[in-house]
Amino acid sequence: MSRTSGLEPRLSEGDAPPARPQSKSFDWAWIGVTPFLIYAIMFLFLPSASIFVRSFQGPDGGFTLQNFATLFSRTDIINAYKTSIGISVLTSVGGAVFGFLLAYAVVLGGLPRFLRPALLTFSGVASNFAGVPLAFAFIATMGNAGLVTRLIESWTGIDIHASGFTIYNMWGLSIVYMYFQFPLMVLIMAPALDGLRSEWREACENLGGTYSQFWRYIAFPILMPSILGTTILLFGNAFGAYATAYAFSGSFINLVTILIGAVIQGDVLYDPGLGNALALGMIFIMLLCMLGYAWSQRRAARWAK
Amino acid sequence: MKQSRIWSWIILIIGIFYFFLPLFSVFEFSMRMVKDKYTFQAYIVAFSDKAFYENFGFSMLWAILTIIVSLALIVPTAYWVHLRLRRIKPLIELITLMPFVVPAVVLSFGLIRLYGKPPLVLTSSPLLLIVGYVTLSMPYMYRAVDTGLRAIDVGTLTEAAQSLGAGWATILFRVIFPNLRVAILSGVFLTFAIVMGEFTFASLLVWPAFGPYMEEIGAMRAYTPQALSVVSFALTWISIGLLQRIGRGAPGQGQIAGTR
Repeated sequence: MSRTSGLEPRLSEGDAPPARPQSKSFDWAWIGVTPFLIYAIMFLFLPSASIFVRSFQGPDGGFTLQNFATLFSRTDIINAYKTSIGISVLTSVGGAVFGFLLAYAVVLGGLPRFLRPALLTFSGVASNFAGVPLAFAFIATMGNAGLVTRLIESWTGIDIHASGFTIYNMWGLSIVYMYFQFPLMVLIMAPALDGLRSEWREACENLGGTYSQFWRYIAFPILMPSILGTTILLFGNAFGAYATAYAFSGSFINLVTILIGAVIQGDVLYDPGLGNALALGMIFIMLLCMLGYAWSQRRAARWAK
Repeated sequence: MKQSRIWSWIILIIGIFYFFLPLFSVFEFSMRMVKDKYTFQAYIVAFSDKAFYENFGFSMLWAILTIIVSLALIVPTAYWVHLRLRRIKPLIELITLMPFVVPAVVLSFGLIRLYGKPPLVLTSSPLLLIVGYVTLSMPYMYRAVDTGLRAIDVGTLTEAAQSLGAGWATILFRVIFPNLRVAILSGVFLTFAIVMGEFTFASLLVWPAFGPYMEEIGAMRAYTPQALSVVSFALTWISIGLLQRIGRGAPGQGQIAGTR
């Protein structure tokens, strides 16, 4: 007993020796992932951590909660959060509903089969067509000289922009965001709808259930985690968007991302400490989204094959 | 049942309308440079601008660098995790999903603040830009490679190569990479599509690229920005089209990158 140091695995007399040697103090296999981990620490973890630390620092570097006090006292910042959240809720719920209906129409709605791969391809393109060109496309559609604007004017004689109506607000931007939101829902929901097994449908019919009862009691509860999860994903997608909003309206629409962009570009209205607090608020909301998403994924996995 | 089919058609037609109307509008708009006539004048103007080629070239360069760094970083890691460190797979997956938690604007903010002043100044080299792009495309690249690795028997292939006397470099480049061709190519096309039109990182880190150039032209001129936007759409279309052509399985799987 005297020779046993604390490092050796303790075995009582009757135990069989472990089949494999106990893991040593250092596993050399970790070397293989070091470059990736160093990358993640340097360029993901440290920047995020520095935002966290610095949002609690004053100009002199000491600890302070002043940044957050300022954050909650400035109406422009509160409004930016409200607008960002508003647009994100609107386009995530809208995108989810429309995307679901579209996926349903093509997968189960009795449409010709060739439409399916076509829709998935279009959705793949549209969900990646964001940013500056998308903003330009919508300005060319419903802006002052846009196609729709001109058509309405030539058909009804009414210039929709004359009466002070503008597309450069929350509603207009929501229409633009929808372009990449609902295709993402289609991309995720189409396989999920495929996963609804015909046995479930048949079992329901055999028990005398109607089609609407099948959806009400079986299909929706099964799909709910995917639907919720994707909606959360869409929320984050809209909440973090910057390029599309910036190219669409400059800094006309007050979004959190636009404010952070202004801080980076040296806008004097926002000092760096405030910028950090703004960014931290954003990370916090996105983190909540990811947790919600992870939870929904766990629930969704329950019904996977 | 009949009625539900009518509804399916209505939904589909609204969807098609939503998809094509802005594209048609921007195309129509780009043709209207010469009064009362449809011409390709805006495209001629756009393509005769020297700055267009410069910025487009820079974006190509960033895309190629991003693809190289991303492949070098992600393929060996994903391979190694499959082979030896399955238990840390959730950790690696979590890291690759980080772009969802830290959007491009926030990440550039953090990067500039952290590496903009001593002890480590990186803002003078395009490194941070490439880092941003690699991170942005990481969820997709990792998922594509991971799906590819799942489809092949990594352990047996590695052991077979080793027993024939191959070193790690030979295993990676002559056994694993060729077997992951489809997965890697789909990662490459999506990364290309993302980087070519990207605006946020390039603009905030102040590097020349196609995205900021388009935005700048948009603020100065009419018609040419619309022409550029059509060009950009064509690029996205080609990249995603190729992506779906080569990776016929599960199209919805990984086309979800971080927010831009």
